[in-house]
Amino acid sequence: MKILVTAKRVPDPEQKVKFKGNTLDQSGVNWQLNQFDEYAVESALRLTENASSGNARNGEVIVVSLGPKDVQQQLRSTLAMGADRAILVDASDENLDSEIVARTVQKLVEQERPDLVLLGKLAADSEANDVGQRLAGYLGWPQATFACSIEVTDGGKALLVGREVDAGVETKKVTLPAVVTVDLRIVAPQAVKNGVTAATHAYADGPRYASLKGIMAAKKKTIADSSLAALGVAATVRAKVASVDAPPARKAGVKVASVEELVQKLHNEAKVI
Amino acid sequence: MLKTFFAEEHEIFRKSVREFVAKEIAPYTNEWEQAELFPREIFKRCGELGFLGARYPEELGGGGGDYWYSVVWGEELPRSGCAGVNMGLMVQSDMATPVINDLGTREQKEEFLVPAIRGDKIAALGVSEPGCGSDVASIRTTARKVGNEYVINGAKCWITNGTRADFITLAVRTGAEGYGGISLVLFPTDVKGFKVARKIKKLGNHSSDTAELSFEDCRIPARYLLGEENQGFYYIMMNFQGERLIAAVGAVSGAQRALDETIRYTQERTAFGRPILKFQVWRHQFAELATEIEAARWLTYRACDLYNQKQDAAKEITMAKLFAGELLNRVTDRCLQAHGGFGYSDEFHISRAWRDARLITIGGGTSEIMKEILSKRLGWG
Ligand SMILES: Cc1cc2nc3c(=O)[nH]c(=O)nc-3n(C[C@H](O)[C@H](O)[C@H](O)COP(=O)(O)OP(=O)(O)OC[C@H]3O[C@@H](n4cnc5c(N)ncnc54)[C@H](O)[C@@H]3O)c2cc1C
Repeated sequence: MKILVTAKRVPDPEQKVKFKGNTLDQSGVNWQLNQFDEYAVESALRLTENASSGNARNGEVIVVSLGPKDVQQQLRSTLAMGADRAILVDASDENLDSEIVARTVQKLVEQERPDLVLLGKLAADSEANDVGQRLAGYLGWPQATFACSIEVTDGGKALLVGREVDAGVETKKVTLPAVVTVDLRIVAPQAVKNGVTAATHAYADGPRYASLKGIMAAKKKTIADSSLAALGVAATVRAKVASVDAPPARKAGVKVASVEELVQKLHNEAKVI
Repeated sequence: MLKTFFAEEHEIFRKSVREFVAKEIAPYTNEWEQAELFPREIFKRCGELGFLGARYPEELGGGGGDYWYSVVWGEELPRSGCAGVNMGLMVQSDMATPVINDLGTREQKEEFLVPAIRGDKIAALGVSEPGCGSDVASIRTTARKVGNEYVINGAKCWITNGTRADFITLAVRTGAEGYGGISLVLFPTDVKGFKVARKIKKLGNHSSDTAELSFEDCRIPARYLLGEENQGFYYIMMNFQGERLIAAVGAVSGAQRALDETIRYTQERTAFGRPILKFQVWRHQFAELATEIEAARWLTYRACDLYNQKQDAAKEITMAKLFAGELLNRVTDRCLQAHGGFGYSDEFHISRAWRDARLITIGGGTSEIMKEILSKRLGWG
């Protein structure tokens, strides 16, 4: 299976960020790969290897990012995890919106012809949660969002995708090629079944760490440069940030003397029970 | 981070070590400190991820990287807040094995270094004895050559990983008194006559096992001699360079962590109606410590840079170990003070950091010995 995975760098969510007007002050930001994209890379690797036989490769994983040159480091880290190659589309974050990103990935899909596009369900900075959906629409491909499990079925022609919904887990069957966005639980030990790795195989929870061997091997893998112009994508930003405001400071709480008083306050004042 | 020394690949390596420490070490440290041992599997996991042999050659299963990989490893491990685990792992990667890589025969490397890099065999370094530590030239454990074997008798003390090591890089006396009669041998611990005499109770580093070992007519093949006979003192001093340098790297990182945590704590903790951090005495105290940590970091990086380029770095390494070691003690002491009563309790990391820190000016050569070396080096000793 050939899989295209999208990856975005985002500021470390643990770090306090500063804004200059409506744009992020990039000085001193610690960049990292968006967690959900890292999960997408992990799922792609699990889909394209035989974990029962020394993780032998059984497919191709191409990681794509839009961003400045520095994103190389985050892309290289996905290659160190085991992805095969990467494409970096030159762009600055201020000049991007979901539309441009989705159109760019669409062009790359037309070039690369993957069987599957895997995306994180959202990027932790903007939390827009719409690139995958737009992309599926533009490609006219089936989509399954917020995947918590993926199982290859029909001899590799379709996927059974589990989605956590309020009432439980919904399972969707999508025929390939398809677009799937992943949620947190996709990196659970047995969330991905590719029909090659023994179904009983349990991975360590979470995305894999790049081993030193992987890091050294990644030095020899290619990161191809591209640009919006080269892909023929119109770079007009249509979604503009109107304003950025810090969340209101937390107000001081009150101490309650008893459980009764707590229940009474939750009922009468907070009106949550 | 610091583009001067750390390239993209070092930062990717840093991410792996950092996540490993956060997920697979830090959550368990209380448990391991109580048990006074950390699980053997940690060596195995670190081996799988390539952490134990970052700068050893690829043909031995190492990473083939430069010294900055070891620096990353030495900087990230202390984030677990548990110096005991760090020490066990550091002995494996940077103290007991470099000399095998430098001097070992192909056969010795295959038998000892390769499994140590993989984390299959646990390594220890056996230099200190009950009767001598600083004065390495006085060791009394003997290795008598009988035919094709060495027969070893004596005792070693303070040996990290000692209760469960599979082999020891061992200093023995093969010749006359003094530094000219010492050799290094590789000693497999399944040899008859070898005994773990006791596990030593300690002030800190509880999760690391420290042992006294005894050797009674232990026979090992003569081919386990490392390098040349009676050159051991020189080899040990050479090996100490890497050991001291990585200790300095860890000390700087540990000091930074203690300070960062304390700043967070004093931002939240209030007294007399304001956060502790708003008292000028503390802000100034922390400013001073931050400055000293920065100074220690750059002295250490300078030593690392020289060491990485295989230049003579003895002066800089000795200074870094001395300065960063004493600083770590000062930082953890002041940081504990800033925590008040909680600093003295087990509920905050700082109490463990404080007691663990105490070792750094003793192990791997005391501060006094660092000063002796320096005064000689600088020409007035
Ligand atoms: C937890 C722990 C782990 C250790 N792990 C290992 C290990 O894995 N392998 C190993 O080989 N060793 C290990 N050691 C031993 C360590 O290296 C020694 O403790 C250290 O070298 C000091 O030696 P000593 O304890 O014999 O002290 P001594 O040499 O007896 O020194 C006592 C005091 O005298 C001072 N002193 C000595 N000589 C001079 C001098 N010339 N001028 C001024 N003052 C002097 C010292 O600085 C010290 O303050 C470990 C020690 C500890 C506590």
